[in-house]
Amino acid sequence: MNSERIKKLLGRIPLHLVIIGMVALWLLPTLGTFVTSFRSRQAVSASGWWNVLSTPPTPGREEYAAACASCHGTAGQALTEADLSEPKVVESYMSSARLLGMLREPIDGQSHVEDPEWQALIEDTGRTREALDAIAPVSEHIGVLAGLGQAVDYGLTANNWIDALVGYKGTATYQEDCATGVSISGKFDCSASDLLNPEGMARAFINTLLVTIPSTALPILFAAFAAYAFAWLDFKGRTWMFALLVGLQIVPLQMTLVPIAQLYSKLGLQSTFLGIWLFHTGFGLPYAIYLLRNFLGGLPRDLFESIYLDGANHWTAFWKLAIPLSVPAIGSLAIFQFLWVWNDLLVAIILLPASPVLTYQITNLIDPRGGNWHLLTAAAFLSMIVPMAVFLAFQRYFIRGLLAGSVKG
Amino acid sequence: MVPKIMKQGTLTPWLYLFGALAIMAVFIVYPTINTIRLSLMDKTGTQSAAVDCVPGEPCWGALENYRYALTNSEMTQALRNNALWLLFMVPATVAAGLLFAVLTDRVRYERLAKTLIFLPMAISFVGAGVIWRFMYILEVGGGPQVGVLNAAIAALGRQPIPWLTNSNWLVNNISLWIVGVWLWAGFCMTILSAALKAVPEEILEAARVDGATEWQVFWGIMFPIILPTVTVVTTTMVINILKVFDIVFVMTNGLSGTETIANRMFKFIVTNQGRAMAIAVLLIVLTIPIMIINVRRFREQERIR
Repeated sequence: MNSERIKKLLGRIPLHLVIIGMVALWLLPTLGTFVTSFRSRQAVSASGWWNVLSTPPTPGREEYAAACASCHGTAGQALTEADLSEPKVVESYMSSARLLGMLREPIDGQSHVEDPEWQALIEDTGRTREALDAIAPVSEHIGVLAGLGQAVDYGLTANNWIDALVGYKGTATYQEDCATGVSISGKFDCSASDLLNPEGMARAFINTLLVTIPSTALPILFAAFAAYAFAWLDFKGRTWMFALLVGLQIVPLQMTLVPIAQLYSKLGLQSTFLGIWLFHTGFGLPYAIYLLRNFLGGLPRDLFESIYLDGANHWTAFWKLAIPLSVPAIGSLAIFQFLWVWNDLLVAIILLPASPVLTYQITNLIDPRGGNWHLLTAAAFLSMIVPMAVFLAFQRYFIRGLLAGSVKG
Repeated sequence: MVPKIMKQGTLTPWLYLFGALAIMAVFIVYPTINTIRLSLMDKTGTQSAAVDCVPGEPCWGALENYRYALTNSEMTQALRNNALWLLFMVPATVAAGLLFAVLTDRVRYERLAKTLIFLPMAISFVGAGVIWRFMYILEVGGGPQVGVLNAAIAALGRQPIPWLTNSNWLVNNISLWIVGVWLWAGFCMTILSAALKAVPEEILEAARVDGATEWQVFWGIMFPIILPTVTVVTTTMVINILKVFDIVFVMTNGLSGTETIANRMFKFIVTNQGRAMAIAVLLIVLTIPIMIINVRRFREQERIR
């Protein structure tokens, strides 16, 4: 390598740093959510997600080792008459005040604590406040030894995902509660049927699929016919109708919701899947027709002329020529509409409140006090898996659709 | 133009169009007209909005809901916020997208980098809301800060701040804009990147040979060529922002000075239809200029075809 090339390479380092920095910045929020979805509730509130690979803090362990371990042993079992791994013994000393009171009482005329530093602190009644603060971690630690408290575990777990799927909102985990049978009330019966719990993400996932697939297929079907007419048929008002369509693409969704909801309640379509399919079809059509018509109109004329010379009519031309050739455009459109419907919240809340979709179910999980991040992060990822996979697999089609002039938002 | 040889009956086009036109008539045209009608009615949609007038206070008669939509303090706050979104968040997003398009154009791992920036486009606003609320967490009970931003602030020895419920409303809005930039920069980047690649390499080389710096090449040659695309991206973003609802709904629900027009409308859908519909009409009036721009641009494209 000559110096010229080295210079050039070095000169490009800032460029790489900026790009990598920006990508990292963009990924960071999603990464944090993903990591958190695998951490226990206790771990999430005990430390930030970036600590996931570090060792969890063990409050009181060092203090215990210094002051108590010489007699009681590191596991608390060295003295049979005062076995600290026995919950019955430890139970009453879980508060630091009770523990301090006990420690101040002499044992066989001797101080309870041998370590001179601790001894001084505990027996000086003028320093009670300080002593209480110092032994609080110790009482926490003996609680852990006795199995009364729990040390925070930073280990990764799939529990959040399971809890989110079945819609478990208790303080333990679904699996624990099922194993002990404690607080599982009528809501769960600890079998696969829990996946159908109306408050769970599994059920919402099914609802979302039921909404999304027909809502993607129907507009494409209707749009294909209309786009063919706009591209290869002659009729009065063709130009201005198409211009109107361009304008209709950006009519805000909000304009149409209330009248449609009213219409639906008259027709008995409120909170039905048919109702939401039709709504998404109506709303997807202007852009779908626009995109397909531009694509069909751009196909070579000779193709259409020759198929007519061979005696075909419009029906055959549509099915044998137009549809097969527009597969790339239909692909773009399908991905667009799929992502749009899958991610929609507003329409689903208003037109399908009885069968919550993923996005709606997540908003039901949001706890204003912020106590259930372990659950929310897992739920959010459950809702993101499919669109991310679709996006990554068909990115090329998606971008092509975008470049074909998307103004839909 | 349709080739002469392709014969058709007079009814044929309408058979092809019927399904789509019928559905659009029911789901777009009918509700739009009905929305305008309901915007002149009271909260249940049964009598004129004038019944809501309070004697001795200003009243616009049947346009009473519009008086609310244009003068009530919550609505003026929403209008102000939407205007600020347009003024600051839209340019920031387009600029971020452009910067990224220009930078990645020069490296070999362009596709990977662009995919990762673009990825937020695939997820829902609700998902993004969860992701960012988690970034903005503020722990007030004395425990460790588990939100990235406040943990960083605490690590620097400063006082962590509430990002979404700050007493300074501008902070809360900026927090929401950041989410918006994160979501939409990839969209802007993709479209602008395609435009950049269409700029003929020879022109750029010629300028470089003449001694122009990269900065001059970009602003003097590239930018003017891609300007039409920048306009397209910007108008699309304007529409997105006028309608911005989900982000606000999930992140703050419009509290702490973050109300927007669409979120305000959503709050009234159940409680006061007349007001909700007047706000919806306001929204469409605001989008009309963009509609006109789009139709014009379409006409021009058709002429070139």
